[in-house]
Amino acid sequence: MKVVILKYNAGNVKSVTIALNRLGVEPIVSDEKEVLLGADKVIFPGVGQASTAMNYLRDKELDLLIPNLKMPFLGICLGLQLMCKHSEENDTSCLNIFPLNVLKFPATDKVPHMGWNTITQLTSPLMKGVANNSYLYFVHSYYAEVADQCVAVCDYMLPFSAALQKDNFYALQAHPEKSAEVGSKILHNFLTL
Amino acid sequence: MLAKRIIPCLDIKDGRTVKGVNFLDLRDAGDPVELADRYAQDSADEIVFLDITATIEKRSTLVPLVERIANKINIPFTVGGGISSIADVTALLAAGAEKVAVNSAAINNPGLIDQLANEFGSQAIVVAIDSREGDENIVYINGGRTPTSIRTLQWVKEVEDRGAGEILLTSMDHDGTKRGFANHLTRAVSQLANIPVIASGGGGQMNHFEEVFKEGQADAALAASIFHYQEIGIVELKKFLKERNIPIRI
Repeated sequence: MKVVILKYNAGNVKSVTIALNRLGVEPIVSDEKEVLLGADKVIFPGVGQASTAMNYLRDKELDLLIPNLKMPFLGICLGLQLMCKHSEENDTSCLNIFPLNVLKFPATDKVPHMGWNTITQLTSPLMKGVANNSYLYFVHSYYAEVADQCVAVCDYMLPFSAALQKDNFYALQAHPEKSAEVGSKILHNFLTL
Repeated sequence: MLAKRIIPCLDIKDGRTVKGVNFLDLRDAGDPVELADRYAQDSADEIVFLDITATIEKRSTLVPLVERIANKINIPFTVGGGISSIADVTALLAAGAEKVAVNSAAINNPGLIDQLANEFGSQAIVVAIDSREGDENIVYINGGRTPTSIRTLQWVKEVEDRGAGEILLTSMDHDGTKRGFANHLTRAVSQLANIPVIASGGGGQMNHFEEVFKEGQADAALAASIFHYQEIGIVELKKFLKERNIPIRI
């Protein structure tokens, strides 16, 4: 199985690679169209800033390619946010795979939302075998609204999308690569889709 | 619900854990990787590695160690100790650390916090603050040896404004005493800061952790020797806290 991690100027490629290695997969890290088109699975990780990341994707014309990919595709953290329609972070137009807005958390509690939080209302094959109220590790200051495409919900000050799915497109706000056994289970589920 | 975090801290020198530990069931308790893996299995929420190697060549031992840690454990970890440049942070994050902690270098050059936050994002930048009580709480640097003239609460606000993503607050007065965390100071910092606060220094019994979460309003609590010497097990500590209605990941 050919798993490609989409390389762009954002962090955590190393951690995702290691997490996949633990599951017996040696991913290819690439931003080349041909490599992405030939993949069985694509993972779109991300830690960083929305507008910088979108600019990079546009420079590589990946903003046009990604929404048309047909293989299982998984966005992580910033990856989820970039798969939405628009992000409040630097007023950024995103990929619009999910027709959702990404908003900044209100200042009524600490931001970033950092640490282990529970996920509920689990559906989707991505969450197969994951218990309701399992803990995942989150670090983010922006969130996607709750919507029909939600396959997991998390609550911090307000309910938000912990995971989304539409057709072959999957996305997680949490970091499965840093979420111990539960995170590993979710990555395994994605790899076996 | 967002869980309160329990964070063991390992002091590292030349790639080895410093404080002698008595994990008899570990093959090599001096190996930070083995010890960290043990803590991760015990459901530690994060791990902090503090490198106290004094030599110029420290990065030649630290970066490969961070790579080994990242390969072994699947929970977040922070690396601190002598970090003073973008190049230091680039190397550590690329090796697989989630976050870095800066301390003295940020006091000497506060603009470093802005630079690091812009380059890597606030979520990767922890500012460690060593505080000691006098007439007021004052920041100390150089491993707590050198006083500055900066008030702790003033510095907390400044580091947040400059883009720090988290504060690691160590009370020099409580550190090593096992008489409980500095709940009053921690509470003042936690109420002032709109970013998470890790309390450090003084945790000696399980109820101290309950107090620092309830009275101190800490987001996370850090300790070293009580975990290393197995005076308190992380599993039993988390069970104790959960029974006392503190949100904890078991």
